[in-house]
Amino acid sequence: MASVFAYAPAPESRSVVDIAPSYGLFIDGEFAEAADGKVFKTVSPSTEEVLSEVAQAGTEDVDRAVKAARRAFEKWSALPGSERAKYLFRIARIIQERSRELAVLETLDNGKPIRETRDADLPLVAAHFFYYAGWADKLDHAGFGRRTTEGIAGATPRPLGVAGQIIPWNFPLLMLAWKIAPALATGNTVVLKPAETTPLSALFFADICRQAGLPKGVVNILTGYGDAGEALVAHPDVNKVAFTGSTAVGKAIARQIAGTGKKATLELGGKGANIVFDDAPVDQAVEGIVTGIFFNQGQVCCAGSRLLVQESVHDEVLHALKRRLSTLRLGDPLDKNTDIGAINSAEQLARIGALVETGEAEGAERWSAPCELPSAGYWFAPTLFTGVSQAHTVARDEIFGPVLSVLTFRTPDEAVAKANNTQYGLSAGIWTEKGSRILAVANKLRAGVVWANTFNKFDPTSPFGGYKESGFGREGGRHGLEAYLDV
Amino acid sequence: MPTTAASPKLSAPFEQGGPPLADATASDSALRRFLHGLPGVDTVGLEARAASLGTRSIKTTAKAYAIDLAISMIDLTTLEGADTPGKVRALAAKAVNPDPTDRTTPRTAAVCVYPDMAATAAAALAGSGVKVASVATAFPAGRAALDVKLADVRDAVAAGADEIDMVIDRGAFLSGRYLKVYEEIVAVKAECGSARLKVIFETGELSTYDNIRRASWLGMLAGADFIKTSTGKVATNATPANTLLMLEAVRDFREQTGVQIGVKPAGGIRTTKDAVKFLVLVNETAGEDWLDNHWFRFGASSLLNDLLMQRQKLSTGRYSGPDYVTVD
Repeated sequence: MASVFAYAPAPESRSVVDIAPSYGLFIDGEFAEAADGKVFKTVSPSTEEVLSEVAQAGTEDVDRAVKAARRAFEKWSALPGSERAKYLFRIARIIQERSRELAVLETLDNGKPIRETRDADLPLVAAHFFYYAGWADKLDHAGFGRRTTEGIAGATPRPLGVAGQIIPWNFPLLMLAWKIAPALATGNTVVLKPAETTPLSALFFADICRQAGLPKGVVNILTGYGDAGEALVAHPDVNKVAFTGSTAVGKAIARQIAGTGKKATLELGGKGANIVFDDAPVDQAVEGIVTGIFFNQGQVCCAGSRLLVQESVHDEVLHALKRRLSTLRLGDPLDKNTDIGAINSAEQLARIGALVETGEAEGAERWSAPCELPSAGYWFAPTLFTGVSQAHTVARDEIFGPVLSVLTFRTPDEAVAKANNTQYGLSAGIWTEKGSRILAVANKLRAGVVWANTFNKFDPTSPFGGYKESGFGREGGRHGLEAYLDV
Repeated sequence: MPTTAASPKLSAPFEQGGPPLADATASDSALRRFLHGLPGVDTVGLEARAASLGTRSIKTTAKAYAIDLAISMIDLTTLEGADTPGKVRALAAKAVNPDPTDRTTPRTAAVCVYPDMAATAAAALAGSGVKVASVATAFPAGRAALDVKLADVRDAVAAGADEIDMVIDRGAFLSGRYLKVYEEIVAVKAECGSARLKVIFETGELSTYDNIRRASWLGMLAGADFIKTSTGKVATNATPANTLLMLEAVRDFREQTGVQIGVKPAGGIRTTKDAVKFLVLVNETAGEDWLDNHWFRFGASSLLNDLLMQRQKLSTGRYSGPDYVTVD
């Protein structure tokens, strides 16, 4: 249906980013081909256009990178915190200066809308570097290490050494920032492997490290597949493993490092409950539901993928939600008016499709927003399931796509019981105008982050992490330092 | 428009032919219960949504459409103690022919004046299609006895006003005497005859978003044809957030009663960029049924010249300047 007020295309210009036809691995401050010369292609999920060809790291490359990080560790960790901070502040400022370029790049490689990379990803990336830059010279005052109540210094918290970091494709540059900023601030050196579908922003970050004059070997970037990640985790000279990704891989990593003395933080899957009580601010709750599950096409580990709505307002909320979903604009991720971009890969699209089919087969009622999907690329229309019970697969398994499962409850106790009845425990949301209810319910929820009258709000000062199969360890805030310190 | 499901709330009285939600206004306590039973408004969430819609990028053909639509929605306003017949006539000429260099420019919706200038405006606008709007009810404070306010309205209507912009009694509203506010609007509406009634809440004085939502429903229940943010005479006037909230109110009211009500943000909207942001709010909240000057207005004066300069820029490809639009 043609709209009276049709927004003309408003694409962000691609010319601000210059993508080279090929990229090497970033080891010891230099870009180099993989030892065995292997490469792989990275495509734009919205068009399936090949963006570039990048080196595919193997075991030998992992070893070279870890050795480089080890060599760099001695000097880097011996630098006064105030000196390390200068590098981090410089990186943060360069990220801000190059934010438009990086936002366009991230949108091209990941498929998410420019509105999100511009307004969410990039500001948060810079904020994380600024935040941890501030901690670098204040580690003695972070509450770790042995300090008496009189303030007499005991053992100073020490860095762990070489951190092996593996990040996912859903927020490539932001997850890099979550991993690298605290590691460097605390005096560790890193070997980071971005996901195989989104290697480009990490390689641009490598260039930023050079631009900032960061000593060689402090940051090493290995593009590649799961085997490279496995080799990195297995490397005997890695002291710390930080992983964000699926629960299955997280479990494998935990088994792999058991008994090795390596420290680990795992940030894994989720099936967040977004609880809407009958006294909720309905219009804003609808916005929060949309942000909760359709932000980044639902490819968010802390997504509010289960909507728990009080039965007495179920019809009203669902009516308003469907009306709102009908206004979402799906299409070219570079268009500044696009709300919903592309799914990151054909594999992920197939996984979403299979789970949605299961949902329908198990008898949940499917509704998808009326929107036209582009013919090329990987796309999935915003979808919700009503009539879902705890027994449905779509209420239990993480879909990692723009699919919301709607369940109902009658009392606060039932809401809490259903919210907690999951193998995960990463995020939850509470919508009510009643302050006492927010506090009471939040205290009973077993989730690492509980949002009240908002959802998917991030800030570098706030620790983030999971309960149960959503992982362990915290990233962000003062707590995020602990994962990189021997305290 | 997305198809609408059956309304979950009380729509029965209206369907039976009575006024919408008649039982809500049966007594002071019933009205209070109804207004306080409306869903609350979360300040952070509302403002975030308004800001997010403010990032829409409206270019080329969409911008041209929005500029012409915005011009056609202006209530070109002069509400000064220094107003004279000459000033009003100049403003009327501008409303009818906003850009003398381009006769394809749409006319504004109305000229908005004090009641004693309504006759002058009516004479100047006769036959043009541009409406005469007059503020009334002891504008802007509204601090007068009801019979004085009604006389004010009668004068304006008799002088040829097509539209009456009344102010509510904010003192009564803030002290919780909702039925008094309601009855005053009903009485003013009765004096309006065929003139359309815009009810001004002075949102800057109501202060909270919960109050603005309650006032919106109160005004609509009492028979307002338009709900309007503000007088332009206080520190905070129309904002994207309070206008978004009022657009939600008219959207919900139509779903429940079938009655469509207009919205008029007024004061503080000075640039094309601002105006386009408000039209995006209309488009994505109330929907395209409101993208018409019968249902949406801007209370503004300096906005018009900025729209005209942007319009010239779009058609000629270059910026002109303030000397290429008329100052009236």
